[in-house]
Amino acid sequence: MNIHEHQAKALLKALGVDVLEGRVAFKPEEAEKAYGELGTPVVVVKSQIHAGGRGKGKAVEPGKLDPKKYDSKTGNYSGPGVASDKGVVLCKSAAEAKSAAGKLLGNVLVTKQTGAAGKKVQRVYVEAGCPPEKEFYVSVLLDRGVGLPVMMVSPAGGMDIEDVAEKSPEKILRVHFDPADGLWPHQARRAAFFLGLTGDAFKSGVKLLGNLAKAYVKLDCSLLEINPLALSKDRVFCMDAKLSFDDNALYRHPEVEELRDLAEEDPKEVESRKFDLNYIALDGQIGCLVNGAGLAMATMDVIKLYGKMPANFLDVGGSANKERVTAGFKIILSDPNVKAILVNIFGGIMSCRVIAEGVIAAAKEVNLKVPLVVRLEGNASKEGKEVLKASGLAVTTADGLADAAEKVCAAVK
Amino acid sequence: MAILVDSATRVICQGITGSAGATHTRGCYAYGTRMVGGVTPGKGGTFFEIEAAPTGGGYDGKGPIKEAKLPIFNTVAEAVKATDANATMIFVPPPFAADAIMEAAEAGIRLVICVTEGIPVVDMTKVKRALQRYPKVRLVGPNCPGLITPEACKIGIMPGYIHKAGDIGILSRSGTLTYEAVWQVTQAGFGQSSCVGIGGDPVKGTDFIDVLELFERDPETKGVVMIGEIGGSAEEEAAAWIKKNMSKPVAAFIAGRTAPPGRRMGHAGAIVSGKSGTAESKVEALRAAGIAVCDSPAEIGATLLKAMKRL
Repeated sequence: MNIHEHQAKALLKALGVDVLEGRVAFKPEEAEKAYGELGTPVVVVKSQIHAGGRGKGKAVEPGKLDPKKYDSKTGNYSGPGVASDKGVVLCKSAAEAKSAAGKLLGNVLVTKQTGAAGKKVQRVYVEAGCPPEKEFYVSVLLDRGVGLPVMMVSPAGGMDIEDVAEKSPEKILRVHFDPADGLWPHQARRAAFFLGLTGDAFKSGVKLLGNLAKAYVKLDCSLLEINPLALSKDRVFCMDAKLSFDDNALYRHPEVEELRDLAEEDPKEVESRKFDLNYIALDGQIGCLVNGAGLAMATMDVIKLYGKMPANFLDVGGSANKERVTAGFKIILSDPNVKAILVNIFGGIMSCRVIAEGVIAAAKEVNLKVPLVVRLEGNASKEGKEVLKASGLAVTTADGLADAAEKVCAAVK
Repeated sequence: MAILVDSATRVICQGITGSAGATHTRGCYAYGTRMVGGVTPGKGGTFFEIEAAPTGGGYDGKGPIKEAKLPIFNTVAEAVKATDANATMIFVPPPFAADAIMEAAEAGIRLVICVTEGIPVVDMTKVKRALQRYPKVRLVGPNCPGLITPEACKIGIMPGYIHKAGDIGILSRSGTLTYEAVWQVTQAGFGQSSCVGIGGDPVKGTDFIDVLELFERDPETKGVVMIGEIGGSAEEEAAAWIKKNMSKPVAAFIAGRTAPPGRRMGHAGAIVSGKSGTAESKVEALRAAGIAVCDSPAEIGATLLKAMKRL
């Protein structure tokens, strides 16, 4: 799960991490008011969306957005309707803040990370201006190979860390730590020295790095990224903040779950969570309903091998029943791109007959109009196929994965 | 024996009175696994009853099914003392699963299979560190279907009947996709020595290389199927290990070539982060190591059988 920058900063601030003063604004007038409250001569109005590259992004009027004018390599948009040529704007007066917020709010921000469709800006963060003397990079994430969190720091702030890792790996320091211990002071010192901090800035940096490691563990993050971390007059603080959370641990963080912004998520994915289904929207034409995550991925792959693209990932889980299959069908069909559906079930413990009955009931309930290919294998698969046949529904049954993929792809012109 | 378990393995279930624990304790018992007891704190002294003529969910054993009364204990230590259990199958809910793993390790159980899905990553990093104090304990999982030595011992949630005793080792990060591969091998007329689901989480007890090493040493295993997926770099590391150490033919499939970056595809560990963990990188590494990688999941079984010159 992801949250907005301003939410991440509020969480970090509560854990002793230095961030700048700021206000959230949903309307231009609120941004205007925020300028007065913050009291600094310069403020920064920042678009809040769940994607990076905002500074170089362009805010485009939704009706005028031409996806063909988006260069997916550079992330640059060169089409019509540009209201603001940056997603993060420096403002020197209340009027400027109001005007900048007006150009961002309600428009679609297109960045390197959003793809051609962009993301609608529904709120901005107005932050006190504090020009940095230096910018650094710091992140904490899981090192899967070692099975421990690792803090990565680099003096190359504000850049794409993967580019830094590729071109100048010597500019990155990795410090592993045990979540039970947090970052030891000597580790925090090593990282602060690596960033070239001295004097009071060094002390401030050591404290901040230690607190970031603590925050990562305490909040059950899957990623904590501060890019850039900034230095200004002996003060080290977060200019940006990105937090992603371990979904498995959300049960013990209701305060984080409350920060979920449903407007940032695909409505189909929001709906699927209600039924405990694992659904991810993709942009192909073939809807898939599968049991098991690995098999669901493999089903998507085999569809591509036969020349089409999957419209979604959907794992109905091990306890698929009529209700879950029906919910899955409804979610798949709410995507207008879906031209055919492939149901691929390997009935282990679960009976294929039960699945077949669920599929029939679901198809009737949703008044299915697109071609449906069903592949049932395993427990009671023969009975399952007979049930499908006897139903009178226009269902194509398939034997094996390859046959299923071939049939469903052929059903779509 | 094949690897890790055989018909002499004595198994308890932690979380035996929960619905999944109960179902699969019955399923494993029916398959012929020597289930010797269970643990549910607070229910010690009672019994878990298995009826003589079971029907429905979980029963897929071929052997004669006797009725049984498995003793339930409050702690794993008591269970081990009373039953001499040497393996455990964990179905404890996610918030308590890390603790259950450590309880088993401390009680001296050498083989800990954690089926539970949804354990927070931080908990698993702590478990991994804590397990370093128990070098003889092997943890398989979490978030895994378990493991099976066909016709001898099944510890986990996989359907027993799709397996057949044989000489092909199968290891995988996925559940149903493993069944797919097992089924393809069985349908082709061959069988499995052992099948190990290592689980779909980013931090886990046993990784590909650990199992590959066991298969390489096992005289009953003649060929190996490895099923990987996007996320992490365990497949790349396995590829390098196979190239250096493995004398037996290996076939592989990697799921998730069509998965978009930055999205968790069901399994907590199945995610492409930036440029790392892509299917392409894994396939490339495996092919460079001389491993037969199939593009289609429908060809997993055939690819190995061809590599073993049986097709």
